[in-house]
Amino acid sequence: MSTAVTGAIFNLNNPAHVVSWHFIQLSVSNIIVIGLMFVVFFAAILLPFPGAARRRESRS
Amino acid sequence: MSVAPPPGSSTTPRSKSWTVRTREIGVENLPPEKLLPDGQPTYVASWIYVFGVATIAALIVTVGSGMILALKGPAWWHYTGVGHFFNSIHLWAVELFFFVMVVHLWGKYWMAAWRGGRTRVWVTGAITFIIAIPTALTGYVSQQNFDAQWISTQAKDGLNSVGVGAFFNVTNFGQMYSYHVLLLPVAVVLLVSAHVLLVRRHGVVPPFELETAREPASAPPPEPRIPPPSATDTPSSSTGGARS
Amino acid sequence: MSPRAKDDTKPWTGPYAPYDLIKELCIAVGVMTLLAIVLTVLFSSPDEKPSTIAQWSQQMPADFVTTASAELGGTSGTAEYGPPYNHNGSGQHAAFIELQKWLGVSHPINTANDYVIDPLRSVPNNPQLKAAIASYQAAPAATQKGWTEAYAKALENATVGSNGQIKVAAGEYGPVPVMMNSLLALAQSGGLDGALLSSNQFYQTDYTKPLLFMADGEALSSRAEKEHLLGEQWGMMNETGSYPGQVWLWLYTLWYQVEPFKASANADILVMMVMGVLSLLFVCIPLIPGIRSIPRWVPLYKLIWKEHYRAQQEA
Repeated sequence: MSTAVTGAIFNLNNPAHVVSWHFIQLSVSNIIVIGLMFVVFFAAILLPFPGAARRRESRS
Repeated sequence: MSVAPPPGSSTTPRSKSWTVRTREIGVENLPPEKLLPDGQPTYVASWIYVFGVATIAALIVTVGSGMILALKGPAWWHYTGVGHFFNSIHLWAVELFFFVMVVHLWGKYWMAAWRGGRTRVWVTGAITFIIAIPTALTGYVSQQNFDAQWISTQAKDGLNSVGVGAFFNVTNFGQMYSYHVLLLPVAVVLLVSAHVLLVRRHGVVPPFELETAREPASAPPPEPRIPPPSATDTPSSSTGGARS
Repeated sequence: MSPRAKDDTKPWTGPYAPYDLIKELCIAVGVMTLLAIVLTVLFSSPDEKPSTIAQWSQQMPADFVTTASAELGGTSGTAEYGPPYNHNGSGQHAAFIELQKWLGVSHPINTANDYVIDPLRSVPNNPQLKAAIASYQAAPAATQKGWTEAYAKALENATVGSNGQIKVAAGEYGPVPVMMNSLLALAQSGGLDGALLSSNQFYQTDYTKPLLFMADGEALSSRAEKEHLLGEQWGMMNETGSYPGQVWLWLYTLWYQVEPFKASANADILVMMVMGVLSLLFVCIPLIPGIRSIPRWVPLYKLIWKEHYRAQQEA
């Protein structure tokens, strides 16, 4: 079966690499997405949010 | 231009006009400064707060790219580079939508954002997530490729088992395409609109009060404040905690 | 803790800071558009061409004929499915809840007629085939069953002749081999794809018949296995190739991997019911004691509102 890869820099049309652990089987790409979700969530609650000076001024 | 007497007057009876009543209810619940405020409480100071608008933005990109795909019909993207480009935008926008929506959900859960009468905000958001899933499913089975063949022949079993397959046939391309480009996006947009209007109405949930949060569950109730604050006191910046 | 415990959250009476919502929305749309474009340029999107009955019958003729004879004999997955396709099975149930049966047959499929007899009738100028069909239909049901069962058994050791026809050991199969080899030829020419699609009307967008036919064989499942899309491969979460898939379906597919769902004939309805209950609980989190209190007990909120708490302490 031919597969269309239209101008992609990275060809993801190869069979997926899968990670198996006990009964759990996850593709590497899904693991990356889930991992990124956690990274982004914790980054969002840890990193300082711009506008602190404006908010300090509003409080005073 | 209004011919109705000003609202709120004790001598004027309630208008029988549906238009006037709708307008009054709308303005009462969402006056312009609440609908489009130019300020937010000073506790809105975290990157987690952008994930709600990021979800809306991803939805806009998804719907926009979907509209372009709809312009040329469902087969277009299979045989032109431009079509494939917009299909890719549509797919990645959906991945981004679910990604940021889940981060938004996590943030709102850990803030217990349903407090202060905001239960409906949580409910509309949760239902939006649930409705987004068949919206995506109908898209997957409308692709007219092998993925659509496999997903439809598998998903049919789950839906048939609960009788839904009797009127929602995932192997019927025409039906699935109709749900995907019209019915379900309308449902999602209506739910998101209700969700956002409720947030505007109630405001962003205030933080937990730290003293209340530190109390163990078995502690006796706190002593009442004596004397109670008078009207001349400086307004406190403290916020209510939640006993939930 | 009662379901209606008092919520002491008071409306905010503290200070506000300028916050431009419309600008934020425009920036968010710009960022999301850019991200989608970058991901598109980097990775594009998958588009595995669909399987056709013509390809299936050319590449896997023995599997095609095995499936077709099961359709004729009424022993295929679709033939024995039950509602919404036929009354030959009662479908899945959970205790006394038989939703599949209760909602009835809304998309009737008679596998013998729809997949074999009617398409073969459309083949012109073939008196031998016409006679074979007539002979099959004139035979008693028990005889038909004997023929199809014997042929199905023989097909386990079938070979493909130089003319593309399926060859089996000699046996009592009646007109079934003639019918099957004619159907194979029709399928390999591409005629069966069209016949199954436009059987009711000229304009057709319902692919149920050809899809169910292919799903009864191994045309789709053999490709799916290579792409890690099978149920036992957690395939519900996966996309073809190495693309990220539908990670949000992790809990839905997880139940299929564990007992009692894994080995159950009613796995689908059981999993749907569990997910239905969990979805309802998810929507009703604000009303569930305990679950709604976890955010207070696990103080991630101190990170979210750290600036606010610091300002409070300084004040």
